[in-house]
Amino acid sequence: MLEQQLVNALSLGCVYALFALGFTLIFGVLGVINLSHGAVFMVGAYAALQVVTRFGWSLWASLLAALVVSAAVGLAIDYFVLRPLRKRNAPHLIPMIATIGLAIVFNNAAQGLFGAENLRFPSELVPDAQLHFLGVQISVLEVAIVVLSFALMATLFVVMRKTQLGRALRAIAESPKAAALLGINVEGLFYLTSATAAALGGVSGVLIALYSNAVFPLMGQPMLHKGIAVIILGGMGDIRGALIGGLFLGFAEVMSVAYIGSTMRDAVAFGLLFIVLLLRPQGMFGKVLERKA
Amino acid sequence: MEWFESFWQVYNNLILTIGVNALLALSIWLTLSCGLLAMANAAFMGIGAYTASILTMSAGAPFPLALAGGIAAPTLVALAIGGPTLRLSGVYLAMATLGFGEVVRVLILNAESITGGALGLNGIPQETQWWHVLLAVIVVLLILWRLRRSRIGRAFEAINEDAVAASLMGIAVNAHKMLAFALGAAIAGLAGALNAHLTFFIGPSEFGFDRGVDILTMTILGGTSGLTGPVLGALIITLLPELLRSFRDFRTMLNGAILVLIVLFLPKGLWDPKRLRSWFGRGAH
Repeated sequence: MLEQQLVNALSLGCVYALFALGFTLIFGVLGVINLSHGAVFMVGAYAALQVVTRFGWSLWASLLAALVVSAAVGLAIDYFVLRPLRKRNAPHLIPMIATIGLAIVFNNAAQGLFGAENLRFPSELVPDAQLHFLGVQISVLEVAIVVLSFALMATLFVVMRKTQLGRALRAIAESPKAAALLGINVEGLFYLTSATAAALGGVSGVLIALYSNAVFPLMGQPMLHKGIAVIILGGMGDIRGALIGGLFLGFAEVMSVAYIGSTMRDAVAFGLLFIVLLLRPQGMFGKVLERKA
Repeated sequence: MEWFESFWQVYNNLILTIGVNALLALSIWLTLSCGLLAMANAAFMGIGAYTASILTMSAGAPFPLALAGGIAAPTLVALAIGGPTLRLSGVYLAMATLGFGEVVRVLILNAESITGGALGLNGIPQETQWWHVLLAVIVVLLILWRLRRSRIGRAFEAINEDAVAASLMGIAVNAHKMLAFALGAAIAGLAGALNAHLTFFIGPSEFGFDRGVDILTMTILGGTSGLTGPVLGALIITLLPELLRSFRDFRTMLNGAILVLIVLFLPKGLWDPKRLRSWFGRGAH
């Protein structure tokens, strides 16, 4: 029984990690808590669902559609909202407040366009094969989510650590002004980061919509709340932290459902968040950013 | 006075809601003026509302006592969580307080025997009179107005500008932050207690993320430079859905759009004395 719980915890944790990757990437490079990431996640799921139900595209093609649409949305958010705020040198809380507004607009627009009800992908498209080994059961979809989140995490990590692009991004994270003086195309890389993070959010939206078999306008909000807990647990802006924080949260939730009861599941995430903030405000991997007197 | 009678019949609820919202906007303004983006005000409002309602419904307490309880409970909670939480700054504080709000919501949802769980509390006696709300707004405004001009208010301003510099000037930064946080919680609790005894019903979903955003929207829209801003913001956000009845379904969407547009184009909010002078006042400088 415990083995099965561990497998469930692994797949749930990777679901959280997948969402948190884009979220933490934006914070790491732009220094913005993008509270519209949950809405972008929802946009991705709806985009995929639309091309599947209206145009009869395959699941793979719909993933691509979600990627393109959400990247475009991320780019638009950066161009129309985050860029003017950067130019004005607004205090770091201001972009966060703006993205709260954006999330409300997106969520309500989805409700107006597609209705508040819970939509589903056609059941014949959802892969439902189950794998059995060593007495535990895992669906193909869960395997895909686990593999994808580990692969994306590894890719992002290598790009950030080992490539010229990653060095440029880390320089920007340290100081955009200094990076610009070194000849780095700062604005271009901001756009790239926003679009990449949004694309990650959109794709995870499709996978998680398949995993939980539900597409609805507010689907991003609970995920956003979990994502906040994950990146605080893992350290804000840290790529490895997103995966480890996600796994940690998934594990804690599954175990609390198994041994305490399902009603307190949502309190676990934020209870944990509180404890971590108490003991290690910078998260498990985060660096101390505060200026010392 | 007949027209007034009928006007009051139709609109008293709306007008009293403006008062309650003004209190909420002022409660978050207070923490903002000290440089803290604490998003726990909806939770504090909820704690106040539940405490006061349980006091009147289960314990049969008189209304003033219930109000006192509704103020005291969130203040105590704020003092308890303030210690660890207020060490955090900027976005970390916003996230932690957002998380705290979720914990409160889930706890209310699960403490069914006391709070009625998801069904909420029904049939709260309607004890709140119009003058209670008016008095509460006036008293809170007076206290905050006096506070702003006191040493404490100046300290808040200094911390808001630069906490490190303020501490080097000998200001007890943590104590002042705690004061702003606890006082904000007290005002939010008062608003919650008054509102619960106005609307008969409270439920856990009323005090979630959306309410927190609503409160923040009012203050950011109105402007944070003074006390006028939050009150003006509360007035507009409360009246807007009434004025735009035909857009009912998009009420929340409008709130979101306003939030984005204000942040982009009027960074100091609607009530920004400097800008207003440059627009209208020729004589003033």
